Amino acid sequence: MSPRPGYVLEVDRTTPPVLFWNGEGYLLERLPPEQSRIVYPPDPLKPLEDPTEHIRNALSHPIGDSQPLKSLLHPGMRLTIAFDDVSLPLPPMQQPDVRQLVIEEVLELAADAGIEDVALIAALSLHRRMTEQELRHALGDRIYDAFAPYGLLMQHDAEDPDGLVFLGTTDLGEEVEINKRAATSDLLVYVNINLVPMDGGHKSVATGLASYRSVRHHHNVETMLNSKSFMDMHHSELHSANWRMGRYIKEQGIKVFQIETTLNTNTFPPQFSFLQKREWEWGPKDRASFIASSKALSIMGDRARRALFHSIKAPLQLTSIQAGEVEAVHQVTIDNVLKQQLVNVDGQTDILTMGLPYISPYNVNSIMNPILVACLGLGYLFNMYIGKPLVREGGVVIMRHPTPLAFNTAHHPSYIDFFEEVLADTTNPAEISKYEESYATDPWYRELYRTGHAYHGVHPFYMWYWTAHALDHLSSVIVVGGNTKAVKRLGFRPASTLADALEMAEDSVGGSPTITHIRVPPLMMAEVS
Amino acid sequence: MPPDFPFKKPTWPVKVPAPLPKRSIGIEYDTSWSRSPIACKLRSAYIKGLLRPSMYAIARPSIKGASELDLVEPPVIFVANHSSHLDTPLILSILPGTFSRKIAVAAAADYFFDRTWKAHLFSLTLGAIPVERKRPDRTSAKLAISLIQDGWNLVIFPEGGRSPDGWLQEIRGGAAYIAEHTKRPIIPIHISGTYQIMSKERSQVSPGSTRVTFGHPIIYSDDQNVRHVNDLIYKSLARLADESSTDWWNATKRHAKGESPSLSGPDSAAWLRAWKLPNPRNESNVDT
Repeated sequence: MSPRPGYVLEVDRTTPPVLFWNGEGYLLERLPPEQSRIVYPPDPLKPLEDPTEHIRNALSHPIGDSQPLKSLLHPGMRLTIAFDDVSLPLPPMQQPDVRQLVIEEVLELAADAGIEDVALIAALSLHRRMTEQELRHALGDRIYDAFAPYGLLMQHDAEDPDGLVFLGTTDLGEEVEINKRAATSDLLVYVNINLVPMDGGHKSVATGLASYRSVRHHHNVETMLNSKSFMDMHHSELHSANWRMGRYIKEQGIKVFQIETTLNTNTFPPQFSFLQKREWEWGPKDRASFIASSKALSIMGDRARRALFHSIKAPLQLTSIQAGEVEAVHQVTIDNVLKQQLVNVDGQTDILTMGLPYISPYNVNSIMNPILVACLGLGYLFNMYIGKPLVREGGVVIMRHPTPLAFNTAHHPSYIDFFEEVLADTTNPAEISKYEESYATDPWYRELYRTGHAYHGVHPFYMWYWTAHALDHLSSVIVVGGNTKAVKRLGFRPASTLADALEMAEDSVGGSPTITHIRVPPLMMAEVS
Repeated sequence: MPPDFPFKKPTWPVKVPAPLPKRSIGIEYDTSWSRSPIACKLRSAYIKGLLRPSMYAIARPSIKGASELDLVEPPVIFVANHSSHLDTPLILSILPGTFSRKIAVAAAADYFFDRTWKAHLFSLTLGAIPVERKRPDRTSAKLAISLIQDGWNLVIFPEGGRSPDGWLQEIRGGAAYIAEHTKRPIIPIHISGTYQIMSKERSQVSPGSTRVTFGHPIIYSDDQNVRHVNDLIYKSLARLADESSTDWWNATKRHAKGESPSLSGPDSAAWLRAWKLPNPRNESNVDT
């Protein structure tokens, strides 16, 4: 039997309160009846029963214009295996991570072929370097211990002049500069976890293994304003730019064997399973778990609460794997991602509400600072649509998150200055770009990125560019329960309660507005008719 | 003040289709606990200590043909006509320990198992197992077959429910189906008099006398089918009804000629059917 599809519930007086995530916590809120609806994601798909067998099958039966991996491997060749970094999946999955399962099979074939020159690269792009613990979690001890001690488990460095190679420019003048080891290999195998439709395809190499010089061509305001949404490949300039670069990379003779995997949305372990159940289906155990965990979280300190949530390992399971030629593989992957996440929604809404959880791609084992709050709500969740945004043009987004005025100084050093300097000047994504170069080329940020665990100096700009489409589309953004100073600095309106926020929103959208609440996570994509 | 939910059960939104009720009662009720050694001992004590004295006081049964039970080894399938709630207690009260120690009674799932308390009560006191009688369902037949294969005797009323007027209703195929799949003997039992003590329409008990007549075992052979066995059950019950109001020899002779009195009653007005109904209190009503 197929899992239940997503569901749109029209709220009436019999509807129980709905769960809102609130950072490192959650609460129940009542939405106004007869004018609200709640969009619930589909239930998790059934996983593949024997993942290893499916992985082997994918490697030996590639999609598109590609030979089986085994026949691409031969003694004396230079093989590089790149893989997605700590930003995927979310939350980090229970071991064994799918990257470990796939790479072990690739390495088995490489060993059988007698290949000596093999290296692994974490495709960080401009993200922070992964810790040993994070690498061990993603790859398993066996791989880590076989490669890391010999310097063969590398992390991509987008600022290493000796580790990058400039390939040329696309027809539109976009500079293509990628990791030298990858570019000079006889074969580059890229192992993806495709959590959302944006992941994978040519973006894997063209962004994941690219330099700042290259990434800046598509990580900018213009691209974002022309990506409606960037989760919809057919209407995404981000996608188009990466495809141009990816095809250019291919034309330069760089051979990529693409492996893409999709996971189901089995997001929370049993003790938190109520978080992905529809409220009216909560049994006594779910209600007891909610009450007990809410009470416990309310008396815990910030640090303990954060540690608790970031210790959650998701019981995500493999639902598909496809390998071979990049574009052919990605087409199948997109279908599989949408099979899990797509929900049909009838029409747009005046007000879109969302409870933001504790995690985004850029604060794994870290703090969700105000800029990441904005990016998660307006960059990611707002853009999880195909067709039209869930909220109408001129509508309002209401997000619930404590938005603490706190930053992880090791992970997000440039974010602090961005918050204090850039956002204090302007919150207009088009205007902040004047500061971009100074942050991107700042030697201290560069040093922290290259040798520590810091995001690239330019990264907070990208987070803000990510919000450009939403900010252009909306008339107002309200944050419920957030730190007032932080919320105001972001250019949003603070509200103490959801009721206050809804009243404030009526200033922009008029009386008796329609309200849509997206009940995420688990993730979903709305196809809005 | 805390909200109702989550401290209380959530309301079910009216626009969300209600799920099918959890079928932990009715046909899905799990009676296995009632066949545990402790439950069997409790049931045995209840039958011996309370049920049997009560039934002998209320129904004063006279028993014929009990020697037929000496001819068979458990497990067997008891089939009986059914016109009163007293039929089951009466059978359980008079069966010898060889059979009553391990016995299950097929009971209507929609009546005896429609509430949890009823399901618990009847499965404990009577060894009842749920039987679906309103739609085709193999669940109960499978359970019954597995119980018999496990050495349990079974009491089944092949009419599927109590007779509304005391006359025999159409015999359904359940007993024959079970016999076909287990190859165990069917023991026909005819009960008369319980309708007058407590009929379907009358909840009050009016103590009286009853007659219980055991028939010759019916063995399902490979050359028979369910319809044939149903016919044999009907003829056996007719003969036993005749025997209960006359004597074995005359009933046997009428049976041999195919002249046993009809059990389904005359095709006439309701009062006439009621008038003609055999009654241990008025032997002359037997229609020959």
